Amino acid sequence: MPTASQISMVPVIVDEEKCIAEKGCRTCIDVCPLDVLWINEESGKAFMKYDECWYCMPCEADCPTDAVTVNIPYLLR
Amino acid sequence: MTISDDIPVQDIDILIIGGGTAGPMAAVAAKEQNPDASVMLLEKANVKRSGAISMGMDGLNNAVVPGHSTPEDYVKEITIANDGIVLQKGVKVYADRSFEMIQKLDSWGVYFQKDETGEYDMKKVHHLGTYVLPMPEGHNIKKILYRRLRRHRVKVENRYQAIRILKDNEGNACGCIALGTRDADVIVLRAKAVIMCTGAAGRIGLPASGYLYGTYENPSNCGDGHSMAFHVGAELTGLECYQINPLLKDYNGPACAYVTGPLGGYTANAHGDRFIECDYWSGQMMMEFYNELQGGKGPVFLKLDHLAEETIQEIEHVLHTNERPSRGRFHDGRGVNYRQKMVEMHISEIGFCAGHSASGVWINEKGETTIPGLYGAGDMASIPHSYMLGAFVYGQICGENAAQFIEGKEPAELDMAFITSERDRILAPLMRKDGIPPSQFEYKARRLVNDYLQPPKVTKKMDIGLQRLKAMEEDIPHLYARDAHELLRANEAQHIFDCAKMAAVASQYRQESRWGLYHNYVDYPETNNDDWFCHVQLYKTDEGDMACKKRPIDPYVVQLDDAEKNAYQQLRVQAAG
Repeated sequence: MPTASQISMVPVIVDEEKCIAEKGCRTCIDVCPLDVLWINEESGKAFMKYDECWYCMPCEADCPTDAVTVNIPYLLR
Repeated sequence: MTISDDIPVQDIDILIIGGGTAGPMAAVAAKEQNPDASVMLLEKANVKRSGAISMGMDGLNNAVVPGHSTPEDYVKEITIANDGIVLQKGVKVYADRSFEMIQKLDSWGVYFQKDETGEYDMKKVHHLGTYVLPMPEGHNIKKILYRRLRRHRVKVENRYQAIRILKDNEGNACGCIALGTRDADVIVLRAKAVIMCTGAAGRIGLPASGYLYGTYENPSNCGDGHSMAFHVGAELTGLECYQINPLLKDYNGPACAYVTGPLGGYTANAHGDRFIECDYWSGQMMMEFYNELQGGKGPVFLKLDHLAEETIQEIEHVLHTNERPSRGRFHDGRGVNYRQKMVEMHISEIGFCAGHSASGVWINEKGETTIPGLYGAGDMASIPHSYMLGAFVYGQICGENAAQFIEGKEPAELDMAFITSERDRILAPLMRKDGIPPSQFEYKARRLVNDYLQPPKVTKKMDIGLQRLKAMEEDIPHLYARDAHELLRANEAQHIFDCAKMAAVASQYRQESRWGLYHNYVDYPETNNDDWFCHVQLYKTDEGDMACKKRPIDPYVVQLDDAEKNAYQQLRVQAAG
């Protein structure tokens, strides 16, 4: 059963200038109820890996450096 | 990747599955009852921000406060709103303990709105009584609960999905098998009592937007507890009494009768006219909503544009900082302003939820399921219309009773053959090189629910729906996951699939219509109290199939007179026709 990947515009944006994940911060990753934020191995910063968002906002509210913005998913806008 | 045969086993006294609302309270109550007991709170996400109240709650919908209502008034209101099919004893126990729980939360630092004399500022939203207590600063409630967990030294295990409840050879619940969502590690938690607090089954139907995670409920509440209860042999009840809620079109957050209603907002048709007398959520109210939505005066709107500026600011403060705070962003994106025009509303996808309807895992007034040692509380358990405060009260009841149940009990002997076969089944999607992605499997099951199982319910359609769902059983051995996260979704999808089948089986069994839209069965349009004034229990047969049976309604502890029984049948505003 062959599979293919499709791209998707994700609702959560992380400002890499502000994100301090490379210093060990995991706040947004820890609080996400859907577990969709991960560390980008190359940059060491947080990013939205899976487009499975409830736009509930703990990631944005709890981020210590205001690096995270939650947008409404495109299908709902 | 190889599977190790060493499955780690942790021993605890009381295992609580789900750290949202009921779960933390159950953990604290168990510790208060027995400080020496080891209590573990298992959570699929992180207890700091999990469950329906991850971003707080804007009010109590069902506060029974002396001077405003009595427990008897409340039991009557819920009995009527639920067309008589209630375990009144269970509702009564909630009502009796409701005020004490408010005081406890208040003493913990949860802020409830008070009037100028320092009394709770109660609002009337229900058809008959006064039960709504605003919490304009309710955004911090999870923090307050978390502090209590720390203080009582509750063990917290985050990022594990419970998959099956374990039973000992005497039929008692004795723990669970769980999957790590980050590392795909399988663990066994052996316990002397288990309390399930897994929330609603909110991912059965597909939202109108088509976005799998744009559900009314927090999508991590996907029916894990409902599926686990079925597989371990516990009865579920009222599954045909779906949860369907009014919401803002495309933004699956509540449309907030409870917040805007007391401040003068209301549900209106396209002409701006009120068409229901009472916005309190009941099946009958949803039926009127649905009819207006489908009729020539639709769609339906939330009307706030007649309110004063300061009132609108108050509404915006509550709705845009609490519970679903991205709502303001949603409105901004479409240029919608409450001051200028009415906001389009719609109805949610179907779900199982005792918080808003009555569907869930059967529990009695002690929080006991039909399996000894297995308790349930909150949105997944069957006490109707219980909302957040009901989750707290039943969490507390379960915690207290489980702490008593474990006294003198020894750790159970584990069924290793069952555990290893479950471990292999749980991990199987990760072992494959290709196959069906969980998202496609889930989308298909949920699309079938929308096509064939949501009301209006029709026998032939439900037959086809069930047949198509059963055909999907052959797809399960082909589910394919590339990492631990996709494996979590693959296991969730199987629980969702179980819930979809249960929705069909329970709906077909009750051959009447009841609860307005929730069980609007077109083939049997009338309510039939002679044959169906009973609970419908869904259970697992010896062959492993889903079956239903009737359970008589226990004698009422609060009697209703005939005039009261029909109060919720007359919700349509007469002038609107």
